[in-house]
Amino acid sequence: MRFVINGEDFVADIDPRTSVLDLLREHAGLYGAKKGCNQGACGACTVLVDGERILSCLALAVQYEARSITTIEGLSENGVLHPLQQAFIEHDGFQCGYCTPGQICSAIGMAAEMRRGIPSRVTADLSAEPIALTPDELRERMSGNLCRCGAYNGIVEAISEVFVEAAQ
Amino acid sequence: MNMFTYMRASTAVDAVRLAGEPNSKYLGGGTNLVDLMRETLERPAALVDVTALSNSIEEQEDGGLLIGAAARNTLVAEHRLVRTRYPALARAILAGASAQIRNMATVGGNILQRTRCTYFYDDDGSRCNKRNPGQGCDAKEGFNRYHAILGSSPCCVATHPSDMCVALAALDATVHLRGSAGERKLAFVDLHRLPEEHPEHETNLEPGELIIAVELPPLPFATYSTYRKVRDRASYAFAVVSVAAALDVQEGVVRDVRLALGGVAHKPWRARKAEAFLRGQPAQEAHFRAAAEAELADAQSLLYNGFKIELAARTLAAVLTELSEAQA
Repeated sequence: MRFVINGEDFVADIDPRTSVLDLLREHAGLYGAKKGCNQGACGACTVLVDGERILSCLALAVQYEARSITTIEGLSENGVLHPLQQAFIEHDGFQCGYCTPGQICSAIGMAAEMRRGIPSRVTADLSAEPIALTPDELRERMSGNLCRCGAYNGIVEAISEVFVEAAQ
Repeated sequence: MNMFTYMRASTAVDAVRLAGEPNSKYLGGGTNLVDLMRETLERPAALVDVTALSNSIEEQEDGGLLIGAAARNTLVAEHRLVRTRYPALARAILAGASAQIRNMATVGGNILQRTRCTYFYDDDGSRCNKRNPGQGCDAKEGFNRYHAILGSSPCCVATHPSDMCVALAALDATVHLRGSAGERKLAFVDLHRLPEEHPEHETNLEPGELIIAVELPPLPFATYSTYRKVRDRASYAFAVVSVAAALDVQEGVVRDVRLALGGVAHKPWRARKAEAFLRGQPAQEAHFRAAAEAELADAQSLLYNGFKIELAARTLAAVLTELSEAQA
């Protein structure tokens, strides 16, 4: 079965029970996406598929054949970190680092959702366009990614720097 | 997880044919089914992937909307006509799960997620009539803060976890079904079942029947509709209580209203008693409160969920007050 992982073709002989997360970790040797809860509760396995964020632990790989999967390993270019990776370092957006790959992939997916104009639970006016990424919007939209170290303030600062301040 | 055969359906007819084998299940985004298979609570012999079926959202001639069952939750919530004509549905979807899960989950899959509680998951330690019919229910005498106050039975006190479904119940949605005998339509409120003696049977679908679309009828006053969810943390948690409501107020009087409650029953709970109470009444908080009390008169609490009765009444009254003030 063929996939595109971080821009490169990847072929694997997999059992239909294999999740996208296990495809990445057990077959592709990419250990960035983490198996936190393996039941869709923590967000540590978040990856991007064709630019949309999903939980790779609940995704059966057979359903994603030929799709383009991006993990934390695919974000840097020519050895230069993605601006959001750099911002996480500068704002102490992590302590142990376990949730970080999921947080960063999730935030990149969130930014794409903002560009599409997708509202959130805290968007007061559902017909508003564009929707401003206020602190409340950011926290709500990132609520699917838990951080047991409680590095949320740094995470919010890092994401704000890259996706809010850059937009201004 | 047990081994299974995976098949992709390209049309609804194809899907129904492929699912003709015993112990087949339809697979949408997998956000509930894959988890339940991993817990060995579901053990299908075959999965028929229906995510390639229609996901279109189309306006109907009568002004309603037809939503293909393979539409991802995000796609529905972001759709311009859903946001403007049926804000309760957009808000209900956005109140559910997380953005990642909403990107995966389909409309059909959201509807057919299992009605469940933590005792259902606890295969090793607890009795559950839904998991093992006839075994007994440990939730009834257990930690039942999240459990049902309406329509429960001695067999099961679990609640349906969907937010989207509460809005569909309030908005008079219809589901379009395809089975081996052809297509039929079913009122959304008649799709899910109360537990009675058989909590393992959660819907009135025939074996092998597939949800192909959800139809929203025209409801002009649903521009004044919303969804409010009360839960134990600010986001990404199931409802303790939720309310979907649409309200039509003319000259200070309730001309029409649609109400449904979530987090209170084995199925999305259409609040027809409150609706009947309110039609023709002054659009005032005291009347909203009285309507809520009429709906909840039959509510029965367990040891830890008695607070839900008052919480549901207050939430219903608060939402109606908000919608009333919005059109004053």
